[in-house]
Amino acid sequence: MRDVAIIGVGITKFGELWDKSFRQLISEAGSKAILDSGVSGKDIDALYIGSMSAGRFVGQEHVGALVADASGFSHLHIPATRIEGACASGALAVRQGYLSIASGANDIVVVGGIEKMNDVGGTSATETLATAADQEWESFFGATFPGLYAMIAKRHMHEYGTTKEQLAQVAVKNHYNGSKNPNAQYRREIKLETVMNASPVAEPLGLFDCSPVSDGAASLILCAADKAKKYADKPIKIIGSGQGSDTLALHGRRDICTLDSTIHAAKMAYKNAKIKPGDVSLAEVHDCFTIAEICAIEDLGFVKKGEGGKAVEEKITTLDGRIPVNTSGGLKSKGHPVGATGVAQIVEIVEQLRGEAGDRQVKDVKIGLAHNVGGSGATCVVNIMEAM
Amino acid sequence: MVDGAVPRFWREIPQRYNLIGNRCESCKTVYFPPMEACPKCRRKSLGKMKELKLSGKGEIVTYTIIHVGPENFENQTPYPIAIIKLKEGPHITAQIVDCDLKDVKIGKKVESTFRKIQQDGDIGAIYYGYKFKLTD
Repeated sequence: MRDVAIIGVGITKFGELWDKSFRQLISEAGSKAILDSGVSGKDIDALYIGSMSAGRFVGQEHVGALVADASGFSHLHIPATRIEGACASGALAVRQGYLSIASGANDIVVVGGIEKMNDVGGTSATETLATAADQEWESFFGATFPGLYAMIAKRHMHEYGTTKEQLAQVAVKNHYNGSKNPNAQYRREIKLETVMNASPVAEPLGLFDCSPVSDGAASLILCAADKAKKYADKPIKIIGSGQGSDTLALHGRRDICTLDSTIHAAKMAYKNAKIKPGDVSLAEVHDCFTIAEICAIEDLGFVKKGEGGKAVEEKITTLDGRIPVNTSGGLKSKGHPVGATGVAQIVEIVEQLRGEAGDRQVKDVKIGLAHNVGGSGATCVVNIMEAM
Repeated sequence: MVDGAVPRFWREIPQRYNLIGNRCESCKTVYFPPMEACPKCRRKSLGKMKELKLSGKGEIVTYTIIHVGPENFENQTPYPIAIIKLKEGPHITAQIVDCDLKDVKIGKKVESTFRKIQQDGDIGAIYYGYKFKLTD
């Protein structure tokens, strides 16, 4: 397997972007990534796009070709492939691009992630997101997506004494980080009481425990590492990549509070990278709900199982903590255009490793990890990056 | 849920009305909904999965109270949803009914009951299936 580097990144603003179409968003992110790298159209071998549900959100399938077309690649006829794994679609696209270069099949690929969720109403967006759950054996009986994560939270509280306040602290931290990110959907800090007193969605989760419905896109240019210096001053190497799966329904899992797909993906990525969890300087993790960040930092091995809530309370994961988590603001504050999320997480890690993260820059960062989850944990992708 | 296609619902009637699961005759593990192959025995289990009606008795492993529900469930909020460990082993997701919300707790014993689950709009099909009620 060849080494693979990231030589360009691009991201749009995340939020309710009424004046931007699906095409405009993905071509904006792609153009920014191409400009950020030194590549031009003829250098590109293939395109991989992560999108969870363009068919339901904007009534458009066949988005691999659409993105190639909108990006001005139609006359080059390069392979353009769309990848789907619910909210993990973005990181899955990155991993496909990575594998295609590592295998020797391609030298330079463009990876994109996109979701345009606001063109349908809130109810329809929620129902589309719910298609990531098991339609026949969860959704049919009235289980919602926040409901599934709420059941993880309830069990976590029961087994480990995790508190609603610890959950709320995840949202407060991520909003603080997001307030420093110009592309974030919510650029404002929030108070603990605001989270604690928000209207209930699925107990114990309230409105501020949940990530929003967002529009946005992100893109990366990947290149064989031995050619990376030709196109970029500060290439960032993908030193490890892993992927895992599990039962589609939450009730089928070995343990309700553990995402075995994360454990599997992380084990693969750490082995690949020849590092331990303690070597990671910062991480972007999949905080679709506050409890998800607590499970993630446990399952990724940053803290022991059951100690995630305490770790948040002890500020281990803040910008100046031992392991800063979700410096971008996370899904909670930056926004969660589902197909874009996994790619956007890596954009943040690259900016941090290059030392270009502005007000939210973490000092002395060497290794960054991105963790992207699909559904309630049926798919997980972990990628680990290091400056070259 | 995706609208339309009524066969999608009637083909699940044995499971949703009568809790029909199956059992691997090789390792005796019980599955609900039925599995084509036993994930533990895989190849050895092929052709040896035997239909089994579950008792409907179990215990709450975790739960939530849904306050913001899908369109077809809006008139039922707030309602409890739980993951239940059935006596025979499988875990399933279902609503808890006929109780005070504050009585729903982890570890409570429950048993299944046949109920209306949802209705497709005002004139669409009515879908039935299992819910659970507290027994202690």
